[in-house]
Amino acid sequence: MNHAIYGLRSWLLQRLTAVYLFIYILYFLSNLLFDPWSDYQQWRGWLAHPAVNIATLLFFAALLLHAWVGLRDIVIDYIQPLAVRFVALVLIGTALLAMGGWAFLTLMAVLA
Amino acid sequence: MSNNDKQPHYLNLFRFHFPVTAVLSIGHRITGAVLALLIPVLVYLLALSLQGNKGFAAVTALFDATWVRVISVFLIWALVHHGLAGVRFLLLDLELGIARPTAKMTAWAVNIGGIVIFLLSAVILI
Repeated sequence: MNHAIYGLRSWLLQRLTAVYLFIYILYFLSNLLFDPWSDYQQWRGWLAHPAVNIATLLFFAALLLHAWVGLRDIVIDYIQPLAVRFVALVLIGTALLAMGGWAFLTLMAVLA
Repeated sequence: MSNNDKQPHYLNLFRFHFPVTAVLSIGHRITGAVLALLIPVLVYLLALSLQGNKGFAAVTALFDATWVRVISVFLIWALVHHGLAGVRFLLLDLELGIARPTAKMTAWAVNIGGIVIFLLSAVILI
């Protein structure tokens, strides 16, 4: 990919993930408000539906990508020394990947 | 830059006049950072809630505590503010609402919307 177009990719990713997050949050809230889960079985049952499970997986994927673009922007704006910037981005990226792995394993376990 | 010694520097942020759009923009960034810090908590609560009856009960019991509800109200405010400001930015990307008066109006709408939700959730939760 042409180097100059990386900014565009991040910009687009941030917008697309934002739209998905918005829709999922509304969906989740409507469940919470109008048909709340009263016990563990109901909660787990809801997440065991393949469609809900995958939608939730996508939610976390979108959340981590969205957070990455936002946090990277913050680092780029406020941290100039290259070494510090590099370390910050590596730490943030690793933390986000770890969150993703954790969420993935948690959601996969529900299907088991 | 060669003129650096002669240029006046004035960085006392407390004496700047910030337009409402600027306040909104930094609010969007700050709420974003705060929400990002919460992602581990979110994943943890998800994992806990799926650990059988005890885990689920632990999470529901957590939200019975007043201090948790108070913090949740602020977090809901942060989420709503971030989301509404985000929608405003999306619309600006589509070149909707760029004229300065409109931009100011939408900025105020987002701020007020956020406060309304804050008060509503405070009433509902606390």
